[in-house]
Amino acid sequence: MRRQTLPSTWDAVQKAGQEVMDEVTRQGYDDSCSFSIRLALEEGLINAVKHGNKMDTSKTVELEYEITPEQVEIIITDEGDGFDCCCVPDPTCDENLEKPSGRGVMLIRAFMDVVEYTEPGNRVRMLKRRE
Amino acid sequence: MLESTPRVNVSQDGSATVVELVDRKILDEMAIMEIGDQLNALVSAAESPRIVLDFQNVGHMSSSALGMLITLHKRIRDKGGQLRLCSIQPSIEEIFVITRLSEIFDISESRPEALASLG
Repeated sequence: MRRQTLPSTWDAVQKAGQEVMDEVTRQGYDDSCSFSIRLALEEGLINAVKHGNKMDTSKTVELEYEITPEQVEIIITDEGDGFDCCCVPDPTCDENLEKPSGRGVMLIRAFMDVVEYTEPGNRVRMLKRRE
Repeated sequence: MLESTPRVNVSQDGSATVVELVDRKILDEMAIMEIGDQLNALVSAAESPRIVLDFQNVGHMSSSALGMLITLHKRIRDKGGQLRLCSIQPSIEEIFVITRLSEIFDISESRPEALASLG
């Protein structure tokens, strides 16, 4: 598994995310699969920088990934306090539909095959199998 | 002071303002904030904004971008205006469907259809 330690900046995580996507493309994943992986990866990295490390540039984000012809596994760890993923309000409930935030975790779950948070919730492992 | 990059192409079609999103990826907070600012300026300038937002160039967008659109939609509604989204690629449209935002936004297949649907 490849591992990178990144500063908590948009530029750094986007560059690293692009490297992952370049490898996904090299491995021949189709557009639909690539779209799902990019979306989950970007949401995971944004959550780590924004909500986990709260934009504190003294903190880092660890990105681990393994891309095989069969599946893509990504693990993102931040230095934040974590969160209880079960307590995130359902953004599709009528009362939450017009709230401007709270959809990142839901989208990751919707587009990946496996999503696991490790307590205290500052580490997410996600997996996408080739369709 | 640095001028922000134009992230939208704005044109007028009758009484409607057509806004084409320029970026292929709407992901990072700074870009989303700039797009939001440029759209909010259009809303502020109109008495009753009638805006068509064209997504034909957009291949990727984040949940933060959805938040920006929700805020924009509320502002337009509060001013008695109308917002239409159009030309959304199928993968992006799936995001709107999964999040049920397709029930909040008026989404048209094409720009002409969006313009025709404005009351």
